[in-house]
Amino acid sequence: MTITEDAPGHVGSRRLRKEDPALLTGEAKFIDDLALPGAIWVGMVRSTEAHANIVGIDGSAALAIDGVNEVLSGEDLAPLWGEGALPCAWPVTPDMKNPAHLPVARGTAKYVGDAVAVVLADSRYAAADGAAAVVVDYEPLPAVVEIEDAVADGAPLVHADLDSNECYTWGLWGDNAPAIDAAFAEAAHVVSERYLQQRLIPAPMEPRGCAAVPSPAGGELTLYSATQIPHILKVMTAVVLGIPENKLRVVAPSVGGGFGCKLNVYAEEILCSALAMQRGAPVRWTEGRAEAAVSTIQGRGQVQHIELAADADGKVTAVRVKLLADMGAYLQLVTPGVPLLGGFLYHGCYDIPNYMFECTSVFTNRTPTDAYRGAGRPEATYAVERAMDSLAVSVGVSPEEIRARNFIGADAFPYTSAAGLIFDSGDYQTVLDKAVALADVDGRRSDQAQRRASGSSKRIGVGFSSYVEMCGLAPSRVLASLDYGAGGWEAATVRISPTCKVQVVTGSTPHGQGHETCWSMIVADQLGVDPDDVEVLHSDTAVSPTGLDTYGSRSLAVGGTAVYMATEKVIDKARAIAAHQLEASEDDLEFSGGVFRVRGTPEAEVPLAGIAFAAFTAHDLPDGMEPNLEAHVTYDPPNFTFPNGTHIAVVEVDTDTGDVDLIDYVAVDDCGVQINPLVVEGQVHGGILQGAAQALYEDAVYNSDGQLVSANLGDYLVPSAAEAPRFRLDSHVTPSPTNPMGVKGVGEAGTIAAAPAVINAVVDALRDLGVTDVDMPASPQTVWRAIADAQGGAS
Amino acid sequence: MIPAAFDYEVAESADHAISLLGEHGDDAKLLAGGHSLIPMMRYRLATPSVLVDVGRLDDLRYIRTGNGTVSIGALTRHSELEHSAALAEACPMLASVAALVGDPAVRHRGTLGGTIAHADPASDLPAAVLALGGTIVAQGPGGSREIAATDFFTGYFESVLADDEMITEVRVPAGSGGWNYQKFNRRAQDWAIVGVAVAGGGSGVSLVNMGSTPIRASGVEAALAGGASAAEAAAAAADGLDPPDDLNADAEYRSHLARVLTERALNAAGVA
Ligand SMILES: Cc1cc2nc3c(=O)[nH]c(=O)nc-3n(C[C@H](O)[C@H](O)[C@H](O)COP(=O)(O)OP(=O)(O)OC[C@H]3O[C@@H](n4cnc5c(N)ncnc54)[C@H](O)[C@@H]3O)c2cc1C
Repeated sequence: MTITEDAPGHVGSRRLRKEDPALLTGEAKFIDDLALPGAIWVGMVRSTEAHANIVGIDGSAALAIDGVNEVLSGEDLAPLWGEGALPCAWPVTPDMKNPAHLPVARGTAKYVGDAVAVVLADSRYAAADGAAAVVVDYEPLPAVVEIEDAVADGAPLVHADLDSNECYTWGLWGDNAPAIDAAFAEAAHVVSERYLQQRLIPAPMEPRGCAAVPSPAGGELTLYSATQIPHILKVMTAVVLGIPENKLRVVAPSVGGGFGCKLNVYAEEILCSALAMQRGAPVRWTEGRAEAAVSTIQGRGQVQHIELAADADGKVTAVRVKLLADMGAYLQLVTPGVPLLGGFLYHGCYDIPNYMFECTSVFTNRTPTDAYRGAGRPEATYAVERAMDSLAVSVGVSPEEIRARNFIGADAFPYTSAAGLIFDSGDYQTVLDKAVALADVDGRRSDQAQRRASGSSKRIGVGFSSYVEMCGLAPSRVLASLDYGAGGWEAATVRISPTCKVQVVTGSTPHGQGHETCWSMIVADQLGVDPDDVEVLHSDTAVSPTGLDTYGSRSLAVGGTAVYMATEKVIDKARAIAAHQLEASEDDLEFSGGVFRVRGTPEAEVPLAGIAFAAFTAHDLPDGMEPNLEAHVTYDPPNFTFPNGTHIAVVEVDTDTGDVDLIDYVAVDDCGVQINPLVVEGQVHGGILQGAAQALYEDAVYNSDGQLVSANLGDYLVPSAAEAPRFRLDSHVTPSPTNPMGVKGVGEAGTIAAAPAVINAVVDALRDLGVTDVDMPASPQTVWRAIADAQGGAS
Repeated sequence: MIPAAFDYEVAESADHAISLLGEHGDDAKLLAGGHSLIPMMRYRLATPSVLVDVGRLDDLRYIRTGNGTVSIGALTRHSELEHSAALAEACPMLASVAALVGDPAVRHRGTLGGTIAHADPASDLPAAVLALGGTIVAQGPGGSREIAATDFFTGYFESVLADDEMITEVRVPAGSGGWNYQKFNRRAQDWAIVGVAVAGGGSGVSLVNMGSTPIRASGVEAALAGGASAAEAAAAAADGLDPPDDLNADAEYRSHLARVLTERALNAAGVA
């Protein structure tokens, strides 16, 4: 049985999300809604210096505030965790530097936002007042702020006990270096570009928060956290604090988005857990929005050098990439691995035989970076898609033609890439052709030409971005080869109750995506029940003990596949019972619409409901069979999945002001089989806007002292619906052969594709004025200056 | 993002509000729509110890026209200006500028009196009132006084308003003449990076976010009065000004924007 042939089913329909009524009516409970009478509230005192010795901490003014009970320094708290540091699960090289990262700093503060002391209070208000009143005496040290400064001669050291700011260097080229050199030596066209990936501040609707609730009598601890990863958090908290895993439960309540920033183990989670165990009382903390800007991980932060070698026709023969990546002051859970996730994809969706990638990662006195929607892949796509446009100009062909000349052919799958991945399926040219038609590229180009000819100050630009990404993280053995500290499987349990209702327990951890809806649709089609008869349980390690959670667009391809397979297992068991009841051979049974029938004997049938009840009573089951209909599956994917697509952005640039208006946006994506197109479109819309946000709006700006100057949502410009372009979407489905449903994943695709499409469009609009590059974000001022510079000085 | 502790009083009338202000001295602040004051309190940039809530004084929510004047109660919401048929008729410029303030939530809370009293040089309505040649009516313990908008603003978030005075009404002449408002920002909900208000066919021109107060562009007005074309007059828009530097724009770019937007505003207002 495959999903696609089980029509007329629910899969493929635009079913409204079952999650939404509770969210829209305020019934959903988030971390801060938790009522915990008598809880100790934590206020974090955060460094206001980028790099400084902590000379003294004076809590007297704080302690004078009603409701403030204690002020604790990193020294005071040290016994709670000793040398136990916040975990980094991805030591990408054996000699990677991983300086001890304590939940509250001792001795030296290493970035603005670094926790230096903690206030314990009776209420959140008192905790905030107390934290504001603690006086910290700093002895400032020289700070390393910008990435390239970290590796400059004589750079100050972020970590005095290391001999440089280099964290690691990781490369991917095998014995290919001579061939690459030869390709560049023989090339008719060489493109060499330097791009900047500014730091981004993830801004989910709900900031972070956690609450640790002990049961002093039994010694158990329940940790509630606004996290994407309750399962991983549980293991890590147990390891860091030495809490026996059987005494620890982690619950993620409703979580208001994450985009990767809640894929982590944070200081506050460890701190609240340790204090709750020590005090025998609930301990909680809720993050403020401005606090989040410095205390939650940031995304991106790279300086990229990319070179393409091509023959006279523009066929690319080699790509060579050198990255400098900003880790920030410390390594968080997967910080060092993020550039590697892009490291396999700097050849884009092109058939390029020679590949070299090298990344040097550095420490700076800034908030740690880590996974942010797309994690490495938006950066890779940006570099190669921008460089392909430069190559098109050099060769003298259109952006779509340079792509067509280099695409991996539809007949080449499974395709082994020069970076060593096996791409599952795709038809990149068809996808691009659809996008070109939908965007009316010809019409836009003639408008562009007309406006140029008439000297209009409103220029039109058309920008392409063709991408392929890897998701469905991940085959455990591949993760082992990359030195990642865990596997990539996912678990699911499917149970059918006596009244034939279905309970799905998933190890995926939704935080806005719509898993409950989609898992219900999948299972409903398989079992022939209504999706509303399926409940989906998740996000609580007491209910769903086994799982690896939600990130990297992995939920459907890995977690959804596990659900699908567990359901198949349940059906197999039900089939055995049906065969027993109908006195037929299992091979003669067919199952559809929730009914088992004996082939050729239509009147011999039994509904699943009957079997469910029989499995429950267990009065008459085949010999040796266990009662109840229930199955558990842990699925380790044999490969990644490789969603792909072409996005086209159309912009109008006002050359008088530099203002960029995103007037049209076309996206044709191949995310494999779609379970619910409504959910897919939601992901694509949000993803595109998040990518366009990097291109046009968002920028974590630090001054030379290492102060974050865009720390609030007035200065850090997260776009709203009013800034969203007109989204015009289409899709092309090449089912992934990797999993039984043929699904790939779509959580990050929009973000991966959008930034280069938008910037390529801006550059396209201004190329006749001499503009060849515009930094992100392409703010009006930046664009206006780029024009002025290209025209020979500001006006 | 948690404000410092404060006490809260509800004013029953303008007189009551003023006496509460007198009672608590400069520790007290009036609370109208709260959409400027509360964000500042959350950042602890403002730490008033008493808030006097005037948001419920519905008798100060009105738009009256007559005798060539439009009189607007200080507690009138931006959204009420935006949607008032009477205002669209009597002073279309003010209605149109109100529609460009922030987003719908902001416009349903923010008040005309609040935005004038707040005296943010980046705000839209103060500049519009300035270009229109409006008058601010302020009431204090000793009674009411009328202050010309041109005399009202004195510096960043500063005005001639005394600590125990409250704005009760804002008056503008009826009929906007040839008018236009250019607001340049990056997101729809944001304050202007630069804004230009033109009223009376160019007899009133004012600039948003080009200095420490909303500014009357007297150079532009004088050039126009002297017969200059819109383009010529606009070239003087930033002369003698000291515009701020921020993440969106440095002084050079701001000055450029002021010139471009002034020319656009003049042209749209029918000045050639
Ligand atoms: C997200 C957001 C976006 C915004 N965007 C814009 C924008 O694009 N353009 C723009 O112009 N504004 C914008 N604003 C500000 C908004 O218009 C405010 O509502 C307005 O500036 C202040 O009005 P208020 O009634 O909210 O005043 P409050 O915040 O209540 O008070 C502001 C100050 O004025 C004083 N005050 C209030 N009423 C009186 C009175 N009658 N007499 C004397 N003193 C008084 C208060 O004591 C306080 O000091 C935005 C606000 C937000 C939150």
